[in-house]
Amino acid sequence: MNDMLHVSSNPHVRSKVTTSSIMLAVVIALLPAAGFGIYNFGTHALLLILVTIAACVLTELLFEVLMKKEITIGDFSAVVTGLLLAMNLPPMAPLWIGVIGGIFAILVVKMLFGGLGQNFMNPALGGRCFLLISFTGIMTNFDCDAYTGATPLAQLKAGTTPQILDMIIGRTSGTIGETSMIAIVLGACLLIMLGIIDLKIPGTYIVTFVIFISIFGGHGTDMAYISAHLAGGGLMLGAFFMATDYVTRPITKKGQYVYGALLGILTGIFRVFGASAEGVSYAIIIGNLLVPLIEKVTLPKAFGKGGEHV
Amino acid sequence: MAKATFVGGIHPYEGKELSKDKPIREVLPKGDLVYPLSQHIGAPATPIVKKGDYVLQGQKIAEATGFVSAPIYATVSGTVKAVEPRRVVTSNEVMSIVIENDGLYKEVDYPERKPYEEMTSEEIVNIVKEAGVVGMGGAGFPTFIKLSPKEPEKIDYVIANCAECEPYLTSDYRRMIEEPHKLIEGLKIMLHLFPNAKGILAVEENKPDAIALLKKLTSDEKDIIVKPLKTKYPQGAERGIIYATTGRAINSSMLPADAGCIVDNVDTIVAIYHAVVHGKPLMYRIVTVTGDAIADPRNFIIRIGTNYNELIEEAGGFKKEPVKVISGGPMMGFAMFDLNVPTTKIASALLCLTKDDVADMQPTACINCGRCAEVCPSRLIPSYLSDAAIHNDSEKFLKLEGLECVECGCCSYACPGKRQLAQTIKSMRKTELAKKKK
Repeated sequence: MNDMLHVSSNPHVRSKVTTSSIMLAVVIALLPAAGFGIYNFGTHALLLILVTIAACVLTELLFEVLMKKEITIGDFSAVVTGLLLAMNLPPMAPLWIGVIGGIFAILVVKMLFGGLGQNFMNPALGGRCFLLISFTGIMTNFDCDAYTGATPLAQLKAGTTPQILDMIIGRTSGTIGETSMIAIVLGACLLIMLGIIDLKIPGTYIVTFVIFISIFGGHGTDMAYISAHLAGGGLMLGAFFMATDYVTRPITKKGQYVYGALLGILTGIFRVFGASAEGVSYAIIIGNLLVPLIEKVTLPKAFGKGGEHV
Repeated sequence: MAKATFVGGIHPYEGKELSKDKPIREVLPKGDLVYPLSQHIGAPATPIVKKGDYVLQGQKIAEATGFVSAPIYATVSGTVKAVEPRRVVTSNEVMSIVIENDGLYKEVDYPERKPYEEMTSEEIVNIVKEAGVVGMGGAGFPTFIKLSPKEPEKIDYVIANCAECEPYLTSDYRRMIEEPHKLIEGLKIMLHLFPNAKGILAVEENKPDAIALLKKLTSDEKDIIVKPLKTKYPQGAERGIIYATTGRAINSSMLPADAGCIVDNVDTIVAIYHAVVHGKPLMYRIVTVTGDAIADPRNFIIRIGTNYNELIEEAGGFKKEPVKVISGGPMMGFAMFDLNVPTTKIASALLCLTKDDVADMQPTACINCGRCAEVCPSRLIPSYLSDAAIHNDSEKFLKLEGLECVECGCCSYACPGKRQLAQTIKSMRKTELAKKKK
């Protein structure tokens, strides 16, 4: 034994799960929905996705090079942000929209606050809301070769009931990645099976939202109306892939239920009473801002002090 | 009622298959035996022999100092070579008695004992105290103190901790398989101290043959039950095993006795048996020598004080270059940089690994995933505690119940960012506990 033995504090073994393996799994889980978007809307959608991801990754790389920080693009978190952001863009949006959104998401929302783990709101949603406010026309124009006219949610708001089956499969207009409920749920199932997300937040979110629109939607428990709300817009994508973002959701179990319920109510308010048909992005961003408060009032009890059962 | 487990915990690679089928073999020490005066919780023992003295196996060589302490006995016959500081597994130097083994193993005459049923509680507790028995699961807390709670009649469970949840370790398992009667007799002696208590042999489900054997042997004992527990680390942690067997939960400011429980580990109970029935002080323990660097992983019964290097030799030496050598298991053990140290009363294993996860995986940012909180058996939020510890934020640390941490290491294991959660929390805890004592 010529080499020296390693010493370190216990424990001496580590699980195989790493940050990059988690992020990679999220990317894979998003692929069915993104893939359907490309199939649905054509090659421009693919291009937009690639450009947005590239903008995100390069922004992070450049920032870290210029600031002489450790390069962290290998953790795939910027890829997740880019992919999610692109999936939230209209299919025919010009490529520079993806670039600007990506730069804002990574530079302003993520890196300036200290990089991965330090951002207080979901970077992809921060980027999307920035674009929505700045370039409202482009961001709300869902016309493309395949579809013209209003999105299912806008139709719903105008009083007509869209084709539910088309919405579940995803054959409707909307942002690139939000239209196919089946594809989104398929990806979500993968994440649930891998133990990366669970149903606490998405479940509470969706249930609360359904209760809210049943009471305030003006259609009671009309199944067609409720299904259209569930399958339409960004609810599924938001509930399974953005509300569950580790960094910006409460870490406490009780807090996750509170957070999910809050998102359900906010989404309901925005969709039913707001001027816009959609409300998921703003609901999640406001939810993000309230996370510290939610955590403060939902701190768990320790084992032996009443917390042993949960 | 009890669900045979606790909330949280992890399932690391078990590694028990390396040594679980290897029968216990005795190792005769070749070199000097070294007895650190501090191999238990409490005050270091006071030496009662000096350089040049001839001692017999079983002779007391150091006396307990004060109440929380334990005496130490020679485990071979020979000459006291020195009383000097020697390196121990934690890499500190500790005052130790060094005995040159004459290879004759001449033993003292052990006192004749009457049947334990005829002994008073006081007699039994005194025998255990005099025999130097301490918690051999790793803590090293003097056992007689555990056996003398303020109100013995309020104890309703005596739990034999046979979980052996720490990966790689098979010493308790071998003891259960090979000498179950000693364990059962030891438990009966403990039950004799607590008239209202039931005995529970709590074994993890990954040892079905041990469970079956203990069940068979205790089928006529109306006061002893065998309780299979879910296989999960840290099932054998004191608070967890009390909860799993009785449904009662205690926190850091309580003792098991506050929940009507006494918990002792397999080897400790066997040591009680040897002391009470055969008049023998604590001299032996079982050590698992294992890991992928070891040629022939084995379970040894060793004389306490034997050098670790000799155990490696007995296990066929290294088949591959070890990168990390750990006294104990991979979750709670100490990494050693020098193998030339003695075994002690609390040495349960020597684990030699060719790979070091900790060095291979560099810490990255916390992504707040919550896995640490998910696995924490104390139901804390380790990532926040670690953050408080790094910023030396005592107020936040205490508010987040940092003192309730049991230092099991599950958080560090589960962390995808490979952050040193347990390490930072442990050191802050130490500081805060020291402040409290002042």
